Amino acid sequence: MARGRRALVLGVGGLALALVPPLAAALNQPFYVDLFRRMMIFALAAASLDLILGYGGMVSFGHAAYLGIGAYAVGIPAFHGVDNGFVQWGLAIVASGLAALVIGAISIRTSGVYFIMITLAFAQMLYYLGISLETYGGDNGMRLARRSLFGPVDLTNPAVFYYVVLVILVLCLVVGGHVVDSRFGMVIRAARSNEPRARAIGFSPFRYKLAAFTIAGSMGGLAGALLANQTEYLTPDFMHWTRSGEIMFMVILGGMGTLIGPVVGAIVLLLLEDVLSALTAHWQIVLGPILITVVLFARRGLHGLLAGARPRDG
Amino acid sequence: MAEPLLAIRGLRKRFGGLLATDQVDLNVVEGETYAIIGPNGAGKTTLIGQLAGELRPDAGAIRFAGRDVTRLDAPRRCRLGLARSFQITSIFPDFSALANVALAVQAHAGGSFRFWRPAAGERSLTEPARAVLDSVGLGGRADVLAANLAHGEQRQLEIAMALATKPRLLLLDEPVAGMGLDESQRMVRFLGTLKGHVTIVLVEHDMDAVFTLADRISVMVYGKIIATGTPREVRGNPDVRRAYLGEEVPSPC
Amino acid sequence: MNAALVLEQTLNGLQYGVMLFLMAAGLTLVFGIMNLVNLAHGSLYMVGAYLATAFAHWTGSFFLGAVLALPATLLVGVGVEVIALRTLYERDHLDQVLATFGLILFFNELIAILWGRAAIYTSVPPLLGGHLRVLPGVPYPTYRAAIIVVGVAVAILLWVLVTRTRLGMLIRAGASNRTMVGALGVNIRLLDTLVFGLGAALAGLAGLIAGPIYSVQPGMGEEILIQVFVVIVIGGIGSIRGAVVGAVVVGMVDTLGRAFLKPVLSTVVSAPAADKAGPALASMLIYLLMAAVLFFRPEGLFPARGRS
Repeated sequence: MARGRRALVLGVGGLALALVPPLAAALNQPFYVDLFRRMMIFALAAASLDLILGYGGMVSFGHAAYLGIGAYAVGIPAFHGVDNGFVQWGLAIVASGLAALVIGAISIRTSGVYFIMITLAFAQMLYYLGISLETYGGDNGMRLARRSLFGPVDLTNPAVFYYVVLVILVLCLVVGGHVVDSRFGMVIRAARSNEPRARAIGFSPFRYKLAAFTIAGSMGGLAGALLANQTEYLTPDFMHWTRSGEIMFMVILGGMGTLIGPVVGAIVLLLLEDVLSALTAHWQIVLGPILITVVLFARRGLHGLLAGARPRDG
Repeated sequence: MAEPLLAIRGLRKRFGGLLATDQVDLNVVEGETYAIIGPNGAGKTTLIGQLAGELRPDAGAIRFAGRDVTRLDAPRRCRLGLARSFQITSIFPDFSALANVALAVQAHAGGSFRFWRPAAGERSLTEPARAVLDSVGLGGRADVLAANLAHGEQRQLEIAMALATKPRLLLLDEPVAGMGLDESQRMVRFLGTLKGHVTIVLVEHDMDAVFTLADRISVMVYGKIIATGTPREVRGNPDVRRAYLGEEVPSPC
Repeated sequence: MNAALVLEQTLNGLQYGVMLFLMAAGLTLVFGIMNLVNLAHGSLYMVGAYLATAFAHWTGSFFLGAVLALPATLLVGVGVEVIALRTLYERDHLDQVLATFGLILFFNELIAILWGRAAIYTSVPPLLGGHLRVLPGVPYPTYRAAIIVVGVAVAILLWVLVTRTRLGMLIRAGASNRTMVGALGVNIRLLDTLVFGLGAALAGLAGLIAGPIYSVQPGMGEEILIQVFVVIVIGGIGSIRGAVVGAVVVGMVDTLGRAFLKPVLSTVVSAPAADKAGPALASMLIYLLMAAVLFFRPEGLFPARGRS
């Protein structure tokens, strides 16, 4: 997406999202603040996956792992009485980044279907690790005693927490937008486009891909820290592989390689889940075929449908 | 005599039962244009692959610019000044022609761990890229998506990308393959202008191109070099005539 | 820890390896020939388990249930292949993963609608209900022993099929050069459907024999599926031999790790520490093994030829 257009979409979208709390208050529907906050948290997770999936061509099927690590990085210190948000969220970013560094170092050496299966398997390993942590609730998980403390910024106030999430999302999208267009971003995009060619002009893609994988993991971890505060509960289910599949679907639904697309994808998918689950407890029997239809017939996602046959810039 | 720019000693590569490279020795002197010819399946592309660092030889050594590069991978060799073009066009199809070349400039310049400034706005990348595009005759097509370029233009873009890495030695794997007569003559003329500025190793089936460009020629058959010499010497060599006339007519194919 | 227990757990590991192999064989064949990553392979396992249970209740016989469930699962597999998966062969892996993920959601929910979300149970058939005396003083459940026998028999049959028959020749040829086999006038679509059906039947077989010893519930397929991924990543994707070796290794490591890691650890560290670390480490063991194998062999132990 062209730089100017991305800035415009980001500005307009950010403003629209900023209007949600006052509108919800006016309509006396506080539930929407909660729903849209949840959407933005998943939007952050999906956008971070898009960095490596859409721009780097790395089909990571284990992105929920970082969400889970981020959540536990909030929950475990809280369990031991450390409520400082800077400590918790900082830990979330560092720990998930480190996990991504290790997982990436092993999986990026492989490619194609191996890469998909290995990232999936590592995420599942962390899921089982979460289950075996009896101290922290095992497979039932545990309640978060209180939301992260940031001095005067009170996250227990739904609107305040909402704007914190919004600011983080917009900042991450701005940073992400710069990263993908920078020299660094050009290397990972080149490696996605034609790796042998990238090597033949003198790039060694491995370390750039690993760095991108680590950045995406850190962002995913931050989303996890937000999610733990959102639900005030954390369980190994945050890392379940169906969660990874959902995040990936958000990216594809919105349009990969666009950063904004995954945000739209997250909003649409969660809205869809919300609507469908109100209709029937068996909403997944509808969601599954919708997913298949999108993959088969709307390959470039909602962004592709809206933007028409616009070529990618490069 | 000074050490040759590229020196190959006893190179061997086996694929199952097939000896694709059989004890190849070869010297390329700085500044010359060196052609490797031979019938289909002679092992020319395998040889290029080993020179570029994409295939690892089973035995033997490759020295480039006074260094043993046998164990170095392709990106490292490229950074030392050994650039290549591919037999089957290999470009970044979803980038503009300019971005393709700018990437090659960037690869050569280093400093790719920069995360903030948009690369497309960096004049230190785009200006040299534009200059190289101009030099191969693609100046007017800079903003066209590489996928939308004509086949001949894509071949030119390949060469432009190789040149943008400021190579000391250019490995060209059939640069005029699949081109029309006009296009291929233009390409040969362009490669002629590079003569003397950059050392070239050329694998080609088009004998007109080879005999126009090459200072020296090696003939490869079944993985072995059977003759080496000036174009005139090679033309007169009875082994070469037998290898070619016995199996394939030496005409543009 | 005594020798009898070690022997029993080793047999359990072998038995689990057999189940993994039945799943891995189909998945790896489908990948080798159609280049399809099929996440929904686990759903066929679940379908096999449910159909066998349902047919067993209906006929009153485990064996009749099994005999009916096998072709039924095969038909479900063929149906899925023809309706949804066939169009995916030419797509990239990302599309395949997402579309088959959609299939999983569909199947899990369908099963939940038909049978509910709670686990259902079947019992071991009376004929196989007892214990065998493997060694003096070492009894072993007949049913689990039977699984090992069935698995070994299937492995041998599969080996004969692939190496000795015309169909097997086509399968091997299709794996190395799909276009060529099509160009030679073989009906490649039919071959695809046959191979997929075979894979589905094997997954169904694994599911139906799993019924009496594991819980039968929606989502059961995915738990085993991810371990099967570990199997074929270790063994090398597309290789039957790799599937055999990978399945036995993973089955053994997982089972023995869960059984003995804690007591072994407690000889090195304090008992409470071993209590905590043992189960955590045991559940991660096969993934660590996979990481170690990949570190040295990024293409697995037996990389299939002819594809990168």
